[in-house]
Amino acid sequence: MSELDAKLQEIRSDFPLLNRLVYGKPLVYLDNAATTQKPKCVISAISDYYLNYNSNIHRGVHRLSQEATDEYEKSRKIIKEFINARKSEEIIFTRGTTEAINLVARSFVRPRLKEGDEIVISHMEHHSNIVPWQIICEETGARLRIIPINDSGELQFDELEKLLTEKVKFLSIVHVSNSLGTINPIDEIIKKAHSIGIPVLIDAAQSIQHFKIDVQKLDCDFLAFSGHKIYGPTGIGVLYGKESHLEAMPPYQGGGDMIKSVSFERTIYNDLPYKFEAGTPNIEGAIGLGKAIEYVKQIGFHFINTHEQNLLEYAHKVLSQIDGLKIIGMAKRKASVVSFVLDGVHPHDVGTMLDVEGVAVRTGHHCTEPIMKRYGLPATTRASFAFYNTIDEINVLTESVKKVIKMFS
Amino acid sequence: MEELKELYQQVILDHNKNPRNFGELPIYNHHAEGHNPLCGDQIEVFILVNEETGKIEDVKFKGAGCAISKASASIMTTLLKGKTIDEAKKLFDDFHKAVTSDPTTDKDVINLGKLAVFCGVREFPARVKCASLAWHTMLNALENHEVKKVSTEAL
Repeated sequence: MSELDAKLQEIRSDFPLLNRLVYGKPLVYLDNAATTQKPKCVISAISDYYLNYNSNIHRGVHRLSQEATDEYEKSRKIIKEFINARKSEEIIFTRGTTEAINLVARSFVRPRLKEGDEIVISHMEHHSNIVPWQIICEETGARLRIIPINDSGELQFDELEKLLTEKVKFLSIVHVSNSLGTINPIDEIIKKAHSIGIPVLIDAAQSIQHFKIDVQKLDCDFLAFSGHKIYGPTGIGVLYGKESHLEAMPPYQGGGDMIKSVSFERTIYNDLPYKFEAGTPNIEGAIGLGKAIEYVKQIGFHFINTHEQNLLEYAHKVLSQIDGLKIIGMAKRKASVVSFVLDGVHPHDVGTMLDVEGVAVRTGHHCTEPIMKRYGLPATTRASFAFYNTIDEINVLTESVKKVIKMFS
Repeated sequence: MEELKELYQQVILDHNKNPRNFGELPIYNHHAEGHNPLCGDQIEVFILVNEETGKIEDVKFKGAGCAISKASASIMTTLLKGKTIDEAKKLFDDFHKAVTSDPTTDKDVINLGKLAVFCGVREFPARVKCASLAWHTMLNALENHEVKKVSTEAL
């Protein structure tokens, strides 16, 4: 057994679900861009919380509450270090990327937006980085401007430069496209936007699990990601924001934990980060996410990057050799996501037929309808790889795709 | 895989490749559009009901979708001709049973005739919407003389 095979076998044994059968066949899980599987350590951390110290945080004087608070805050610190934020106060727990973007739209951008202003996003955004901006544009009479993409699925940089004028009050952009896999040059984009004073949010939902992100080096104003795409639980996510921005922003939601004192005449809001965490939060989610990030750090981005890029290259090679298969999204820099279409076979039929072979892929518009329209497609089939996937699994995918084509020919 | 074979049996593959009654009717008095936003399937159904006899004289459909939705629309059009509006609605109910009933507990599904081809769909709950789109659109067309858009999200 090669060193890589041994390492993969060890990694895969950390993910109990990967051992299951689907329709009597070994599961080949290639839907990691939708959600990742969870390692045992994450599952144990969550069950440990409920078995041993379940209680509310920041409230009780009793021992359990202190333990829960400590673990919850420990996760915040793990995340702070993971993305290299200056302070733990800059890490806000949210329900996910979507809520983090909505929080920024509502509390940071909306108050400073007026008729005639502009917000810039790109053509490859997920619906969650389109609709929150549309809502506040509609409320204020501001305009949403779109950076176009070329046929390979890359941003048209010259068009971006034209769009960045003094009318623009905010730029929100995806780091890695969930349906095309394109990696956007966010460092250059942030520099360009900052040169004329435009704050930037990075949607890192599809990049946080693949690449080392350093928010100080990037100098982004905000960054959003979801726990469940980085091997953590669902229902928990993170908004990073520069402290000065977060301090200046009004609260997003009102309630318990986000206040210092309440009277009917006047309420004093709590300090960061609690000002943005109203109500009892997703405590087990935060604890699970902290554990997931420790696990990813232990695997290491060196292995993750190398192995996932190998998988991507191999998948590109073998899939593009299939007659009648077309890969959608051929950017020069891509994360391990392959979207494709087959001549004469609808992606939904592909998805069902791969399913009975044990292969889990995503089919549909991937919450990126504008991209589908851009390519004139109703949907694509998408295979997305994690560091626990193998070359053998890509071979199963390829053979299954060939079976689909044979059945429909 | 037996379930898959049943789902994509020859009849469905054939109707997908060579859909019957595909296109627009030059004259029609019932029409509706259907849309499944989850998969992007779109369909239009055109029906000509003879005002005197009350029977469906002609029916056609057009649109784009997966094999299940296209074949379902095609088979539906072949079954509708000559039916009264009430009979067409009864056919809809039978179809609905075919794609949703549990054959082990529901005895009603035994005499489905040509609709039996859809029984394979119930093994794949995620695909019931694909098969149903044309039928809901047809029902909508019959109930409304005016053009109306239906969406599977409201079903």
